[in-house]
Amino acid sequence: MRKLQFHPCGNFNETYERELTIFETDFGRLSMLIGIFLLFAVIPFITNEYILYIINIIGIYAIAAIGLNLLIGYTGQISLGHGAFFGVGAYAAAILATKASCPFLIAVPAAGLITALVGMIFGLPSARLKHLYLCIATLAGQFIIEYVLVQWESLTEGAEGISIPTATIFGIDLGNDRVFFYVIFICFAIMAWMAVNLIRTRYGRAFIAIRDNDQAAEGMGIPVFPYKLLSFAISSFYAGFAGALFAYYMISITPEPFNLWLSIEYIAMIIIGGLGSIPGSVFGTIFIVTLSEILSHITEYLMNISPSMGGAITIAPLREFVFGLAIILFIIFEPKGLAEVWRIVRSSFRLWPFSY
Amino acid sequence: MEFFFQILINGLSLGFLYALAALGFVMIFKSSSVLNFAHGELMAIGAFLFLVLSAWAKLPIWLAFFLALAGSFSLGFIIERFFLRPLIGEALIEVIMLTVGLAIMFKGLMLFVFGGDIHSYPEFLPQALTLHWGAVEVPGVNVATFIVGLVFLGLFGFFFKYSSQGIYMRSVADNQPAAMALGVHVRRVFAMSWAIAALVCAMSGIVIGIINGINVHEVSAIGLKVFPVVILGGLDSIGGAILGGLIIGLLETFTGGYISTGLREVVPYIVLIIILMIKPYGLFGLVEIERV
Repeated sequence: MRKLQFHPCGNFNETYERELTIFETDFGRLSMLIGIFLLFAVIPFITNEYILYIINIIGIYAIAAIGLNLLIGYTGQISLGHGAFFGVGAYAAAILATKASCPFLIAVPAAGLITALVGMIFGLPSARLKHLYLCIATLAGQFIIEYVLVQWESLTEGAEGISIPTATIFGIDLGNDRVFFYVIFICFAIMAWMAVNLIRTRYGRAFIAIRDNDQAAEGMGIPVFPYKLLSFAISSFYAGFAGALFAYYMISITPEPFNLWLSIEYIAMIIIGGLGSIPGSVFGTIFIVTLSEILSHITEYLMNISPSMGGAITIAPLREFVFGLAIILFIIFEPKGLAEVWRIVRSSFRLWPFSY
Repeated sequence: MEFFFQILINGLSLGFLYALAALGFVMIFKSSSVLNFAHGELMAIGAFLFLVLSAWAKLPIWLAFFLALAGSFSLGFIIERFFLRPLIGEALIEVIMLTVGLAIMFKGLMLFVFGGDIHSYPEFLPQALTLHWGAVEVPGVNVATFIVGLVFLGLFGFFFKYSSQGIYMRSVADNQPAAMALGVHVRRVFAMSWAIAALVCAMSGIVIGIINGINVHEVSAIGLKVFPVVILGGLDSIGGAILGGLIIGLLETFTGGYISTGLREVVPYIVLIIILMIKPYGLFGLVEIERV
């Protein structure tokens, strides 16, 4: 048995392999195992229906947020259309499930692949555009996809939406939140594992090179455009996969939730979580979903205590106000996001009580 | 044929609104290269300020107009000082998300204070402004808008061409380090450009309010329509913003009138993608040549 690894007092990496390790110490690996154990064996049994619903939503959104972080945080291509891609995935799964009666296990990855294709189409402008021009192009993509979802009535049923039959895997009915929890989080674990490892491969390092300096990347022999398209495809695949899970979880979907606001929420998640950090995407998702749940509870509560003041209309917008404020405060005071906060907290405990 | 002319007039007046809205946007972009997503909200704030001063406080119209412009001017200063200045030199996405956050915040605040209903100003325009042209009628508000817009365009033209502040702003837009080396106070120029842009926003917001009534959701939707307009015209060209606004306005009303009303809302964005693919710097934008 090899020796256990602990934190050295500095950076003593001697090989590239050492630099690329996911777990710097055996302690990190252990805490990951404990985390997985808690997630799968404890959390579903100690939470009530409502908390479980929130956790499931966090799991679904986190998959899409990881995809967006691969695109924005690692490849440096800003996309304002992630919410629409999420919607494409949801609709693809819904249409496959109802019109082609695909089973769950085929419909979800197929929806991811269809969305990856759509994402590649809307990533095409990245051949010529970068920075804010690309950002505006994806904004246009968002509006065009929204329009198609509403207007292509023969396929998407327009504003009425589609109802999806309950999914089954190997004869197990997925209508139950607790069963679906396992489906979501097994998918989440696989997708997060893939993302973390993708960054360590040549593709991931090419993405980072393109983000840092695309001219230098081209000079080093990275074909920039195919890699940008690949990044769009991967990120949309994550969005579509998450959207498909969302469609099955929600049972019926309409075009309404997949608007620009959702795209903005996704970007807010990865900015608040930390750009270029996979755990950061998850932290950000937890933060945003919890924040909007808490805010809607507060507005509901305030509406109940002051119904006579006509509070119903006047208090609800405060939710948006706080949401916007949270984004601004994070960008100004902690631009590297919650991942950085977490790193600072950890490193102050690292050599405790003998820290320097 | 009457239908055609009516659509043409509607398109031109809508296009003029877009052009006015795009003006402030181009001004911010030109001097500080910030893509302002809070544009529609700034317009709405100006419009509501005018509403409060003219309809609620019952000030004379001209005083209310100038006070609303002055209020927006100082708001622009405040935004730059407290929100944008800490981000000078940060990554693009953070600046963009900051303006998005500002947009959400302002929108929430305005919905909180004014609600989501349509508000309208008291009637103050003289009837004589309405033009009749055969069977086609041009409402007085549009004529007034056109006049106000032209006056302001002229003023800004002179401001940029001859005033020292305007020359500083153009120099910063052209080459920031060189302007700094020649003693231009770059931060003050940024603050100034945000203030002036907020003023222009307020003006276009007021004009929109006079024509359509003010509704937070509608005005902020116009703020997003600015993107196709400025991309079509070129992100840093004022003349391009005006022409782009007219083209997009005409395109929208003609699509709405002859093809389908549903398509009307997305046609600017379809044009946007096409323009970006074939001529990314727009009709009059400055081409940054960069070869890889």
